[in-house]
Amino acid sequence: MEAVTKNTTKHQLNPSKWVDAYADYLFNYAVSRVSDAEIAKDLVQETFVAGLNSAKNYKGDAAERTWLIAILKRKVIDHYRKINSKKGKAEVRMSYASTSEEEGDWLEERVADPFTKGGDETIENRELGLAIHDCLAKLPKKQSLVFTKKTIQGMSTEDICNELGINPSNLWVMIHRARTALMGCMNENWY
Amino acid sequence: MKISHEEALHICDKAQYNEASKWEVFKLKFHTFFCKTCAKHSKKNTVLSGLCSNLHALDESTKEAMKKALEKEQL
Repeated sequence: MEAVTKNTTKHQLNPSKWVDAYADYLFNYAVSRVSDAEIAKDLVQETFVAGLNSAKNYKGDAAERTWLIAILKRKVIDHYRKINSKKGKAEVRMSYASTSEEEGDWLEERVADPFTKGGDETIENRELGLAIHDCLAKLPKKQSLVFTKKTIQGMSTEDICNELGINPSNLWVMIHRARTALMGCMNENWY
Repeated sequence: MKISHEEALHICDKAQYNEASKWEVFKLKFHTFFCKTCAKHSKKNTVLSGLCSNLHALDESTKEAMKKALEKEQL
């Protein structure tokens, strides 16, 4: 009879690395759900604190990031509960057009067009954003840092070079390597 | 007018951030007209830029503040 062996590798928490390793990923997750960068920032911060406070309950079955995402999900739900109770539940704010050009537009014409932006597309965009973050996490740290500053934060070449103490040629080499690696990674994991 | 593949790739990267001059972009287009490998890379590179346009990242000062808050919480 064959013995069934279980994989007993347990994950461990390392709170001192959370911000560097997961803050951007969690932030993207939160922004895609609450559509407000400031609220998303607060939710990420609250997630880290909650994670720290409930660290003793962590069993090590799930990866650290998965566990933090589960906490963040609850924070997002709490956020919506809170704002819904503040607003008096289902309050719909609709500003009617007052300009002559828009006169005659009916309420039905103002609702989202199901053919142009469906739920699937939104979900796909969220997952895509997270998939890119997964690929970014696989890059060497400096490449990932340069790519993030240049592409996501939109910093100028000069500012990045000054901050990281590199010259523009180094920067473009790192950008090129990062972009090529990301294209390969997305090709493998997404398409 | 003729450029190497390396130069084409470099211009292609710069073009993603609107940092390539019109003349460079013209040279790149001329190059990719004949070089299918660079044309394919250029197309993929543009797709990647589009994908990344929806991404968000926290700035360093926010991260530092988060780290400090976490350290405080740990004490």
